[in-house]
Amino acid sequence: MTAIEDATLKLDPEEARRARQERLERIGKWVLPLAIMVLAIVLWDRICVWNEIPQYILPRPGVVLQTLHNDAGLLFSSLLVTLRITFLSLALAVIGGVGLAVLFAQSKWVEMSFFPFAIVLQVTPIVAIFPLINIYVNNQTVKLLLCAWIVAFFPILSNTTLGLNSVDRNLRDLFKLNGATRWQQLRYLRLPAAMPYFLGGLKIAGGLSLIGAVVAEFVAGAQGQSSGLASRIIEAGYRLNAPRLFAALILISLTGILIFLVLSLVSHLILRRWHESALKQER
Amino acid sequence: MILEKVAETRAASGETPMLLALRNVGKVFSNGVTALSKVDLTIREGDFLSLLGPSGCGKSTALRLIAGLSTPTSGQLDWRGSIDRSNTGFVFQEPTLLPWASVFDNVWLPLRLKGVSRAKAEPAVVEMLSRVHLTGFENAVPRELSGGMKMRVSIARAMVTKPRILLMDEPFAALDEITRFKLNNDLLELWQDERFTVVFVTHSVFESVFLSSRVVVMAARPGRVHGELAVDAPYPRDEAFRTSPDYAALCRQASDVLVDAINSTAGSHHDGH
Repeated sequence: MTAIEDATLKLDPEEARRARQERLERIGKWVLPLAIMVLAIVLWDRICVWNEIPQYILPRPGVVLQTLHNDAGLLFSSLLVTLRITFLSLALAVIGGVGLAVLFAQSKWVEMSFFPFAIVLQVTPIVAIFPLINIYVNNQTVKLLLCAWIVAFFPILSNTTLGLNSVDRNLRDLFKLNGATRWQQLRYLRLPAAMPYFLGGLKIAGGLSLIGAVVAEFVAGAQGQSSGLASRIIEAGYRLNAPRLFAALILISLTGILIFLVLSLVSHLILRRWHESALKQER
Repeated sequence: MILEKVAETRAASGETPMLLALRNVGKVFSNGVTALSKVDLTIREGDFLSLLGPSGCGKSTALRLIAGLSTPTSGQLDWRGSIDRSNTGFVFQEPTLLPWASVFDNVWLPLRLKGVSRAKAEPAVVEMLSRVHLTGFENAVPRELSGGMKMRVSIARAMVTKPRILLMDEPFAALDEITRFKLNNDLLELWQDERFTVVFVTHSVFESVFLSSRVVVMAARPGRVHGELAVDAPYPRDEAFRTSPDYAALCRQASDVLVDAINSTAGSHHDGH
């Protein structure tokens, strides 16, 4: 007890201030965003009451929560449909993005020749491409998957390509000196070196694949062909069922946040031992 | 195996056989810079040879040519016996470790690339790590090590294949003096036990004299061999040698040659324009 007190006493004012600051920041990191969120929700509720806004324009938070509970069966089965498309397209984006990046890494010529195609796919708005896909592809799932994939694969491709090409030159020489084959160089040097870049791309692609899935459902849903969350939103919009619309929106947001958190955790676990980005800051 | 053969040859002939000769070697880069010009250099089995010179004298280029990482524009490299690149160890200026791999895996790497399994490589890796005083750090990753320890891993990795020639490109230049002295001593110890051949690139007069049996001084623009100094002081050399008058005198000689080399460049530079 006394030892701790002594230690505190010995701190000069500057260090004491810094220690206090750090303690506050640690607490504030969690408390502040939560407090602001709660405040915003309360304000939302109050605005509805004060201005007597009808439910079909802006429902009160309590009503949205109620709807989330009442329509849980409908909403969650739709969420599952959307999630299936999201994860399948993310998986395909990983396979396609990494596969293409490895192919590009084999030769500068291949990369120079085909990278522009990837950029064209990336910059053309998916909403504009969808009608074409709609004509060419019959299967509903394939249609949605293709859409979400086009949106999600580019960050993975572009980041992984960058990573595969960012290998330390001396390490490359070392592999050459030891007579490494192309495959060994890829397996033991370039792929591990590209890992942080790939994981960065994956984090972006995770969010994009959800957006891609929802956008694809929107376009398809407008033609009455989908049962995902987006079609629930459109449906609720037609029926002026604002509470359900909000409930569906919240579900999509939460899903996006969850995907991001999970991918961040995966990234941290893989990189924590060696990569700068995952290290605790030391003073 | 190789070492035994060397010992036999030595015993038979009574003198040190030549390992590698650079004959009239030149290197011109595609941007027109002449990195090396007419370099003649004979490296004998068991030499500890330093290439000493100012920056731009082509000492690193010469090392890369010997390693086979680059090909000469003119002249040739004659190896005694067959040229086997896998018999070459290389230590870079930076530790150049795989940051994601453990110390063990980093040292295992050259063997792994030759298809040696982890279990089969283990005795060699463990032995090499103990030789560089890193026993107990097998599972650490590079970022958990100090600069000197990383360099030890790098040396262990270069030596794990028992190369007949070890090429070192200013390996200790980035280390503090205390660490550098310690690594100098340990490197000499390793070399005396195994008697492999070392080509050591450095810009430090003191380091080259302390370590080497031969100091080859190079001059710049174009990179060329300017002179050579035999360091006759006996091994083992320890901290006592570092403060001895002999050492000081040898450093002075080497320094004179180096100054001469630098002046020769400055002279030709002025003459040329």
